[in-house]
Amino acid sequence: MTLESNAPAGPLAEKWRKHKASIRLVSPANKRKYHIIVVGSGLAGASAAASFAELGYKVSCFCFQDSPRRAHSIAAQGGINAAKNYQNDGDSIYRLFYDTIKGGDFRAREANVYRLAEVSVNIIDQCAAQGVPFAREYGGMLANRSFGGAQVSRTFYARGQTGQQLLLGAYSALCRQIGLGTVKMFPRTEMLELVIIDGKARGIVARNLISGEITRHSGDAVVLATGGYGNVYNLSTYARGSNATAIWRAHRRGALFGNPCFTQIHPTCIPVSGEYQSKLTLMSESLRNDGRCWVPKNPADTKKHPNDIPEADRDYYLERMYPSYGNLAPRDIASRAAKRVCDEGRGIGPSGLGVYLDFADAIKRLGKKVVQERYGNLFDIYHEITNENAYEVPMRIYPAVHYTMGGLWVDYNLMTTIPGLFAAGEANFSDHGANRLGASALMQGLADGYFVLPYTIGHYLATVPPNSAPPTDHPAFADAERDATDRLRKLLSINGKEPVSTFHKRLGKVMWDLCGMARTKESLTQALQEIPKIRAEFWSNLHVPGDGDGLNQALERANRVSDFLELGELMCLDALTREESCGGHFREEHQHPDGEAKRDDQNFAFVSAWQFQGLNGTGQWQLHKEPLVYEEVKMTTRSYK
Amino acid sequence: MKLTLRIWRQKNKNSPGHFEEYQLDGLNPNMSFLEMLDVLNDKLTREGKMPVAFDHDCREGICGSCSLVINGEPHGPEYRVASCQTYLRSFKDGDTVVVEPYRARPFPVLCDLVTDRSAFDRIIQAGGFISVSTGNAPDANAIPVPKKIADLAMDAAACIGCGACVAACKNSSAMLFVAAKVSHLNLLPQGQAEKDRRTLAMVAQMDKEGFGACSNTYSCEAVCPKGISAEFIARMNRDYLAASVRSAVTSAAD
Repeated sequence: MTLESNAPAGPLAEKWRKHKASIRLVSPANKRKYHIIVVGSGLAGASAAASFAELGYKVSCFCFQDSPRRAHSIAAQGGINAAKNYQNDGDSIYRLFYDTIKGGDFRAREANVYRLAEVSVNIIDQCAAQGVPFAREYGGMLANRSFGGAQVSRTFYARGQTGQQLLLGAYSALCRQIGLGTVKMFPRTEMLELVIIDGKARGIVARNLISGEITRHSGDAVVLATGGYGNVYNLSTYARGSNATAIWRAHRRGALFGNPCFTQIHPTCIPVSGEYQSKLTLMSESLRNDGRCWVPKNPADTKKHPNDIPEADRDYYLERMYPSYGNLAPRDIASRAAKRVCDEGRGIGPSGLGVYLDFADAIKRLGKKVVQERYGNLFDIYHEITNENAYEVPMRIYPAVHYTMGGLWVDYNLMTTIPGLFAAGEANFSDHGANRLGASALMQGLADGYFVLPYTIGHYLATVPPNSAPPTDHPAFADAERDATDRLRKLLSINGKEPVSTFHKRLGKVMWDLCGMARTKESLTQALQEIPKIRAEFWSNLHVPGDGDGLNQALERANRVSDFLELGELMCLDALTREESCGGHFREEHQHPDGEAKRDDQNFAFVSAWQFQGLNGTGQWQLHKEPLVYEEVKMTTRSYK
Repeated sequence: MKLTLRIWRQKNKNSPGHFEEYQLDGLNPNMSFLEMLDVLNDKLTREGKMPVAFDHDCREGICGSCSLVINGEPHGPEYRVASCQTYLRSFKDGDTVVVEPYRARPFPVLCDLVTDRSAFDRIIQAGGFISVSTGNAPDANAIPVPKKIADLAMDAAACIGCGACVAACKNSSAMLFVAAKVSHLNLLPQGQAEKDRRTLAMVAQMDKEGFGACSNTYSCEAVCPKGISAEFIARMNRDYLAASVRSAVTSAAD
């Protein structure tokens, strides 16, 4: 199989404009004859569904939550990047493009990233027009803040709730279309299988989570905007319901999975406090604008009260190691630095796995009121969880799983290797390479949904005859439904002893210990032995109470964890195969003497795209490679020093 | 620590519910309330019993899924937090804690502690938006928004749509939720074109869903995890009155 990126030829800055002007169109009168299925209602899904309906397509949108407004995009705190250059500080589309591709350690596709930077400016316009209450200056103009990995101030924000406000904007656009009858919304409905007819994506099989009913939905194209798969690690900043089922079932039916091992470990999260923990809470990266990370210089000081440790005995390690970016070093680098100082025995807090994020200087410089205005809600969240007052005592933070750069492989049109199946937002692999910069997830989700898919999906639909959506009694629907129900029945009939949480925790621990912030050949080989064992035990000793004929949250989770147990194995296989360090993927064997990641452009300047070939004790996959051809930028050593 | 839980169990929308009592020991005060329910559910599963169903997702107080009534109070004893941000340190060792779903006719119980809050979505669908299709927008700085207005709109927009305001109100009124959305959009210059239509349509849908009237007890504001101010209700009432008069005058003139 050759992977064709379908990125248009020509100068980088002209590609998207030329592409838009030359791709096929569907005429206004014909649009209503096409039905698009959108799975997921976060930033990418809601914006895509609303924009398709505005164009005149018939749309069905699915989410597992009780309302599309609850998708996990809502939890993004810090902001959204855009190359507006409102600050007159030298920003441009090219700079945002370059920062993003460098931030991704030169493992993203050049043309996609440039397009992302290009449409970023339209996103801000669209959101402001929808009534997103972005932060403003006194003159009424939009305010900006700085974020990691950039030397300009280009991040737009709405207090510490930017994701919430952008999602409510997309949700309101979606609601407008639902009210108009152009989008049919299916809340509390989870996609279980993709339906493929004649090689094309033609529908889905889903389960109504309240009634337990299995339903068939036929269409002309399917868009998966179901987010990332960080819950493979069990403990993460993801919502508890975030899952990989839609993309994984599509992968099992032939969609290639791109760069599965590229996961982002966010440096500033509240440390784990106990075995019972269900979730880790992020403290926005924006805090690193004014907060300073440090640990004691001397391991003996780690149990002292932080305010009793004099300035001279503190190691502001990010400022020391990366003087030009300091506390705003990108996430992968900041996370590894935190791990390194903790490995040296200088970690703080009860577990020794923590560093301080200190606002004392900022409060001295700006006053408590300004700090409160900028970060008040984050300080409140921190207080609720830890019962500590960060205005008086430095915050304790530690890295946690936060985002997955990998996802379904897509071409320039965001179409997967299955014609008619598209992937958008975090569910695809395309724009962030091996590491995502802060405030770029919101940008990508909305870019895909508002400004890319509405064009590229027409290019595909123009090749499909109008009014040709297959009837749902087609044998392919029956087959997909049988696969879905068989799996559920199997989960319900194991009748073992352990609840699903046991297996999820065990998988999470293996993934975090062996395929986390630092990976080695040994650790990954070990993980590849452990995961099939946990999977086998899952299928023989799991207990799912109740039946499938109504709300059964244990069954929902078991179904999701059964997919994580397969995906985790692929992540380890990918990590083992990629014999280099880049971005969030750090192989200890491949580092420079100063501990920085050692990339191997000679042998690994490609996207790993894995093809599922079956499960027989262990998973079987075939690796395909999409070479990363850079026409504009030169791959250089990524330095933030 | 040790707790006795009295939890509402109800198989589905059509079956009657009842309280069941559970004992939990060895709890950690730093556990969240939902993590305690996770522990209970694992225990019930091992005993071959059905776990307790409850809505939850982000577990950081922003998605608005969680919706427990703890000891009679929506979201429990702590001020301005959601159920998921309630920690066991808010209770005493040996306490009996009563856990119920929201009780409000427009939010029917679907199973155990899970309620149907889709009425809120239908209110937004009736008019909780600015009609601007993708691609129509002028430059974001073309319309300046005074900081004070933007900040006030943000105060209203912070609503997470959890519905605690309805659960706390003796009339099951949704005025705080609707007023927050109406105010957010009506305050901004971008929202002016549809201001009257929006206000009238959203209030009409709210009434249609069966939410009660506001009698100014402010219990909604007291339980709101985001501290949405009841002043927005007064603001919406003014917008509603003005919109009603304008629409009456316009339709009389037609």
